[in-house]
Amino acid sequence: MPELHELTARETIRKIRGNEVAAQECVEAVFERIHKLENKINAYVTLTEEQALKKAKEIDTKISKGKQVGKLTGISIAIKDAICTKGITTTCSSRMLQNFVPPYDAEVIERIKQEDGIIIGKTNMDEFAMGSSTETSYFGPTRNPWDTSRVPGGSSGGSAACITTDEATLSLGTDTGGSIRCPASYCSVVGLKPTYGLVSRYGLIAYANSLEQIGPMAKDVTDCALFLSVIAGHDSKDGTSVDAAPKDYTEYLKDSVEGFRVGVPREFFGEGTSEDVEKQVWNGIHRLEELGATIEETSLPTLEHSLATYYIIAMSEASSNLARYDGLRYGYRVDKDEGDWATVYSQDRRAGFGAEVRRRIILGTYALSAGYYNKYYMKALKVRTLIRNNFEQAYKKFDVLIGPTMPFPPFKIGEKIEDPLALYMSDVDTVSANLAGLPAISVPCGFTDGLPIGMQILAPPLREDLVLQTAYTFEQNTGYRNRKPAVN
Amino acid sequence: MKTQHLSKKEVEHVAWLAHIELSDQEKALFTEQFNEILDYFKKIDMVDTEGVEPTYHVLDLTNVHRKDETKPSLSTEEALKNAPRKEKKFIKAPRIV
Repeated sequence: MPELHELTARETIRKIRGNEVAAQECVEAVFERIHKLENKINAYVTLTEEQALKKAKEIDTKISKGKQVGKLTGISIAIKDAICTKGITTTCSSRMLQNFVPPYDAEVIERIKQEDGIIIGKTNMDEFAMGSSTETSYFGPTRNPWDTSRVPGGSSGGSAACITTDEATLSLGTDTGGSIRCPASYCSVVGLKPTYGLVSRYGLIAYANSLEQIGPMAKDVTDCALFLSVIAGHDSKDGTSVDAAPKDYTEYLKDSVEGFRVGVPREFFGEGTSEDVEKQVWNGIHRLEELGATIEETSLPTLEHSLATYYIIAMSEASSNLARYDGLRYGYRVDKDEGDWATVYSQDRRAGFGAEVRRRIILGTYALSAGYYNKYYMKALKVRTLIRNNFEQAYKKFDVLIGPTMPFPPFKIGEKIEDPLALYMSDVDTVSANLAGLPAISVPCGFTDGLPIGMQILAPPLREDLVLQTAYTFEQNTGYRNRKPAVN
Repeated sequence: MKTQHLSKKEVEHVAWLAHIELSDQEKALFTEQFNEILDYFKKIDMVDTEGVEPTYHVLDLTNVHRKDETKPSLSTEEALKNAPRKEKKFIKAPRIV
């Protein structure tokens, strides 16, 4: 018998609804895990144990009175600290926002609450989501549960690690250039970046708003689909929200890829891809072939330019988005403000932002400045069009495209942090989906020396069904999801 | 040899535009790192983008409006709650002129 904290979301919901177990017991079991493991993992910035238990008791009362309960009844959910939660400190893992208490809930939080999900805490991340290792957090790095000397990936590192260790049953991440898929791959969990516009960004602290999406992270594909069904949908408070009809994504979970046309772009296995990753991802692709998919190697030449294009656009948008941190309405303010406003702002922003955030703001400012706008920003926007067109062409021939999520396995904490460009390179296979606005999932596909490897599946816009069905079939026919790390 | 895209003096200027103070040591380090990054960005220079329209964002949405109706909003107290320095109903700013 699995213990309560080990259960998937749907198993937990079934037990609570069936009166086999109380929501309160389930939440208590998860907090027991948190208290046992947090000093080793550091997945959380803030815990909300008291409110969570109160909410669980309310749900138990509702059930005992025979009242209707929601789709996420009694589920312990961890929220990336970039998403605003009313009355709960939301820091973006930055000194700039260490005392920021949002006066409102993000749309996704409202949706979770409506379905009786329970917010148990806010997870650690790279500062302002800028990083691929969760090392740039003002509150110290999160550790990879498979090897605590290594990074969990990022920027949603806390949201991935807490799923691996059963310190949460579901979590929300955000993905601007791979920030859900990278840590999902490094921690051996399932993480989905939805189509741009499918999930409301209202209440998400902006980094690069033409690229980022909130998405679900879970123990398996079914839980991921269940969670997506709750958070997806049109929101008039987000001007880039797609007006698509609500769907129950669990209906697409069929154990079959019969006749699926799978394209494997060779650019996904470029320079710097580790042999073990290449081998294991190809094993996964061949497994899908055995299950009835047709496999064909292909080329999307523009992907060679994705990484540079992504970083120019992301930094440019960041420099504009983060201009709001002036230390006045909210944020960090130095003690004495002597001198004119520009001097005071510059001091606030120097003390409030860590090195990587400052680097991206300054480079983004440069890419947008007079004389360089056309050379960098405008050029990148045009290459972005070519990348989109290239995907559009490819999807005439293929249902899904598959490659590695990360080019190499999780690296050591401190190994790359002094070399920004080397760290950027780890995003080479994930950024394309953000540039083109496509849905993309990372699903566990094996291990090398005890370290997880993830397989990435991409589909055309709003074809989450294809992504989920392929990932589900793969998961049902392989045993990777059952493996657990030794940390305890 | 790598191209020098940005001098230390230029980094100082852009940091000033971005309102971020840097120490002398940081200026030197950032200059070095920026040059390495910009060298990598050079990759896209060779892509032929003649006649290609830019993609600002991927959706075909423009001018999304809502109805002009009054809805509840934050109270002054709530709106000021996170301000580090305030006085009465105002946010306290540094000297502007």
